[in-house]
Amino acid sequence: MTERYVLAVDQGTTSTRSIVFDRAGRLVAVRQREHRQHFPRPGWVEHDPEEIWANTQLTAAQALRDVAGAPGQVVALGIANQRETTVVWDRATGRPLVRALVWQDTRTGPLVEELAARPEAALVRERTGLELAGYFAGPRLRWVLDAVPGARARAERGELLFGTMESWLVWNLTGGTDGGVHVTDVTNASRTLLMDVRRCRWDPDLLDFFGVPAAMLPEIRPSVGVLGTASALPVPLPIGGALGDQQAALFGQTCFAPGEAKCTYGTGSFLLQNTGTDLVRSRHGLISTVAYQLAGEPVHYALEGSIAVTGALVQWLRDSLGLIGSAAEVETLARTVSDNGGCYIVPAFSGLLAPHWEGRARGLVAGLTSYVTKGHLARAVLEATGWQTRDVVRAMDADSGLPMEALRVDGGMTTNNLLMQFLADVLGSPVVRPMVGETVSLGAAYAAGLAVGVWSDTGALRRNWHRSAQWVPDPGRVAALDAAYPEWERAVQLSIAWGERR
Amino acid sequence: MPGTVQSIERAATLLHAIVESGGQMGVTELAAAVGLPKTTTHGLLRTLLAVGFVEQDPRTGRYALGAGLLGLGSHYLDANELRSRASNWADSLAARSGFAVRLGTPAGLQVVVVHHVFRPDDSPQELEVGSVLPAHATAVGKVLLASRPALARALADARLEALTPRTVVEPAALLAELQTARARGWAEQRGEYRLGVGGIAAPVHGPGGLVVGALGVSGPAEELFAEGARPALRTMVVEAAAAVSRELLA
Repeated sequence: MTERYVLAVDQGTTSTRSIVFDRAGRLVAVRQREHRQHFPRPGWVEHDPEEIWANTQLTAAQALRDVAGAPGQVVALGIANQRETTVVWDRATGRPLVRALVWQDTRTGPLVEELAARPEAALVRERTGLELAGYFAGPRLRWVLDAVPGARARAERGELLFGTMESWLVWNLTGGTDGGVHVTDVTNASRTLLMDVRRCRWDPDLLDFFGVPAAMLPEIRPSVGVLGTASALPVPLPIGGALGDQQAALFGQTCFAPGEAKCTYGTGSFLLQNTGTDLVRSRHGLISTVAYQLAGEPVHYALEGSIAVTGALVQWLRDSLGLIGSAAEVETLARTVSDNGGCYIVPAFSGLLAPHWEGRARGLVAGLTSYVTKGHLARAVLEATGWQTRDVVRAMDADSGLPMEALRVDGGMTTNNLLMQFLADVLGSPVVRPMVGETVSLGAAYAAGLAVGVWSDTGALRRNWHRSAQWVPDPGRVAALDAAYPEWERAVQLSIAWGERR
Repeated sequence: MPGTVQSIERAATLLHAIVESGGQMGVTELAAAVGLPKTTTHGLLRTLLAVGFVEQDPRTGRYALGAGLLGLGSHYLDANELRSRASNWADSLAARSGFAVRLGTPAGLQVVVVHHVFRPDDSPQELEVGSVLPAHATAVGKVLLASRPALARALADARLEALTPRTVVEPAALLAELQTARARGWAEQRGEYRLGVGGIAAPVHGPGGLVVGALGVSGPAEELFAEGARPALRTMVVEAAAAVSRELLA
């Protein structure tokens, strides 16, 4: 039998990667290209959508060429994308109106405060399952409509189109000005603040609230299901699916059953737990989001806890304090001591996200004595990631009531053995790492492959998932860390209090 | 505390004196500077010269620190850094071969496991990172021994433990095997550590070309050495180890 491959495009914050997977879910080819980060003013972060489109074409063509001689055929394309990044473009020319406003961009802060003060603001949380925050796409779109003269009128006439990154790429891949398909997937739409999360439709009341014309919005489609044909590639391929990157990682980790959860450990970390076809509203500081939808099937939901600073704290130890030469050396330094020496670091560099949502909180190092060495600081840096994960997992337990039998992990920090063992101990549950670390791309490939029949069902994907490592909690350490947890909580409260006094 | 070794102390004192002299002293001045007889000093300097820790200006006869000593620091590779660079390649080797993967670094006549990827069949397995294996009875160990001729010679005096009836405990036989391994760029063991379990491994080179680790697969010997499977597996292991070496250069 001839092998069938699937191409995944992972359009991320710093780069665009094109990866080809085989039917066993193994990586066959990888191409990557970084794009420029634009910082026109403090707090503003922009990407050039045309540069990203060019990088997508380039890396996809390279990856397709890499496997051209292989005994098999690429049969579908899937997309995973940086979420909440906002693009507005001209339907007739295909040119972006302004550069894309990236998810890290904080310019909508004052706008969001203004909106939050309005009496009907409670509507947002009720309909979207999200906090009214500048983190999501809707306020960015509103900002563009306000900032560019004539934009709102043009949008109302249907001359301007809005989309998150997957939407922009699908439109261009399917022909752009020459018949491009204007669609978004339901996971990305669930991050706009414009979609009714229960019905999965654009909500007229929300559109009124944010002042967004319906004419510019893409059609909301399932995450798994053919969106169109990517005629712009050297080999035209059906686009079989699209997902926001964190949802793609959940899919790639094959967390298809309620209760199954994954955490991706990078600069920040994102923990998502599948809650099945029921929307669970958080009362403990998490957000409710769409996990995925297969065409013709009900939507699956997830609870999400985002942690702003995890790997970034290790980078701070390396770049700002110079205590280590490379990120991996933090483990070497941490192993020079056997515990944290009473030291806790709360990395609230620009506030705390889930489950606290304290934008004014600021970082602190608690418990300093002359006994504390750089080894203890390195431990405290790693433990901060573990403690923050515990905060989120505890909120999830309280909200969903679904038992988390094991936490599936991926991302760069999972090669840190000390941290992974600490996680197992601090959570009191096993931590497992899959064989394929590229879970974001794999999730996009799985979605696309399911749509065109490379895999028959999600059961076939589960059979592809294999453990590459597992960390088991040590009962003695679990008890010790349970006893120490109030110390961490106290440190978090202090970091919040510190912010309030400013 | 056990006693110190006098000759090493003296060599260290001498190296300090060479640094302080700024490379401007010959054997007579150095002997005076460290307060040792000239013959003793000469013997120490000749040994340091032989191992590349000092250099002698052929014109003036004066001594300076050698390239070998300066190179030592830059050859050092953090084990956690090595794991983080090797991780993707080790995962892919396990996925392709269907066997468990281990990355080892040398510790005398033993091997420290710095990375371990489970056999991809979801059977119960325990993470072995940090555990220590005997070098003479494992494929990763043989690769590392083969890369350190001085260490390999020390084997002649070591008592090699027979872990199974198949363990090679005869120093001469082991040395011959190491020589072959070095020449062909990979090593294997067939039930020499645990009966029925075999291994194939290849060297990982650091930026300076020095062997810093060994990457290998292990599993049931009858599968690993099945007729027809071996050449393909060997190629996979050698290529994965080469990929990690390239990753370390980047």
